[in-house]
Amino acid sequence: MTDLTKQSPLGTYVEHLKKGELAYQVCKDDGKAFFYPRAVAPGSGSSNIEWRVSKGLGTVYTTTVVHYKGEAPLNVAMIDMDEGYRLMSRVEDIDPMQVKIGMRVKFRANPGDDKTLPYPVFTPAGDAK
Amino acid sequence: MTDMLKRGSIAVVGAAESDLGQVAPHTSPVDLMAQATLRALDDCGLTLKDVDGLYVAATQVRMGPMSLAEYLGIKPKVFDGTQIGGSSFMTHVAHAQMAIQLGLCEVAVIAYGSTQRSVSRAAASPREFNPYESPYRPILPISAYAMAAARHMHQYGTTREHLAEVAVAARKWALMNPKAWEKEPLTIEQALNARMVSYPFTVRDCCLVVDGGGAIVLTSAAKAKTLKKKPVYVLGVGETLSHANISSMPDFTVTGAAISGPQAFKMAGVTPKDVKMLSLYDAFTITPILFLEDLGFVPKGEGGRFVANGGIAPGGKLAVNTSGGGLSYCHPGMYGLLVMIEAIRQVRGECGERQVKGCDVALAHGNGGVMSSQCTVIFGSENSL
Repeated sequence: MTDLTKQSPLGTYVEHLKKGELAYQVCKDDGKAFFYPRAVAPGSGSSNIEWRVSKGLGTVYTTTVVHYKGEAPLNVAMIDMDEGYRLMSRVEDIDPMQVKIGMRVKFRANPGDDKTLPYPVFTPAGDAK
Repeated sequence: MTDMLKRGSIAVVGAAESDLGQVAPHTSPVDLMAQATLRALDDCGLTLKDVDGLYVAATQVRMGPMSLAEYLGIKPKVFDGTQIGGSSFMTHVAHAQMAIQLGLCEVAVIAYGSTQRSVSRAAASPREFNPYESPYRPILPISAYAMAAARHMHQYGTTREHLAEVAVAARKWALMNPKAWEKEPLTIEQALNARMVSYPFTVRDCCLVVDGGGAIVLTSAAKAKTLKKKPVYVLGVGETLSHANISSMPDFTVTGAAISGPQAFKMAGVTPKDVKMLSLYDAFTITPILFLEDLGFVPKGEGGRFVANGGIAPGGKLAVNTSGGGLSYCHPGMYGLLVMIEAIRQVRGECGERQVKGCDVALAHGNGGVMSSQCTVIFGSENSL
């Protein structure tokens, strides 16, 4: 049972990111991985939840390139992680228009800054299995 | 829930837009709601004294029923401010039907107003911070729908030209609607070459940002028969929620319309082939394609090819968004009420040059959030009962 007076789901997630880890949760009752982090597992309603550290490999489910005036185009993508959950992120080190659905990608932690908490980004992973 | 509601137990008797487009400085969203409400009451010959049910949602008014009741100086017996984005008003129809069937109220008004063009979209609809999405700076809601389009293109071979067809069809219909914001023709090439916003969407794949509002008046079938205009019966309703944030949408190519549509059809006792006109919430060019599929008008994945070659333009295979839609007629932010008003007018036969012949059954489908809430209402004339 998460004690929300002591530790929040987002707080735990951020602690992992600060160590360079992408953490996610699994409901121990139904065995399903889920994301974003919660105090109660969706569907089962269980508080019997385990934190796990992802191996960091996933596949681009879908992608877009956003155009802010006066800025370079920016990728936004949905990543299906090998452990069975999905998150929004960005694929870096590649032209945003070259981010393709089905592309294998690997996690890297963005440290954030004064205003932004650390967050996960991805880079192309070739044919990583 | 829809099992308890009776096909044709209530009817729309009044429908009206507020002033649309660009309103005068300092006009408030509630000014527009109130103006539309009185116009809709005039449309059926009722007065404020008759209104005992009030249903309101808006992005700029946190507690809609209170604000509009105060402004109008009425004390409704039943009120509801359910806020699930642009489809809120279809849900309000279902909720008003419950209340009227149970005798909790007799005359219900559903109202909406927005001044998002005047005050800016960012000011009219501030977004909640989401630590799992905001750092990536998606342009929401646009990027969410763009990612659905990208996935549909990947999975089914839908093309940017198909998306542009939706924008061009909307523009052609809009040119037949004197109230439409857009007045100039649009070509496929212009749509494709417009400013890119969130790939694969250019600005022409995205709805308008204008001011506006509307109201409809509903009452029991029995009372409806005594009023000025021919009743437009509520034959069926369906509603569903699938997620709130786009990251939690299970399959980006299948919306909740696949649930709300069959609910509404079952209650209405009709099938897609009985529907003469569709009003499909077109916040973005991908949504009519998804809804045509999910509501059962075309097989899954075929929506893009169906809209090609003017499939939903005037003279095409199916009359869709005859007002010009959110893309070319009016989109004040939560467009669902205006989606229904066009379907109601088609059933009444009030649409002039763009009127669909023999439109006894029309379907209005609302979408809210980032494909998050989906609500369907099927309207019918006396002939459809």
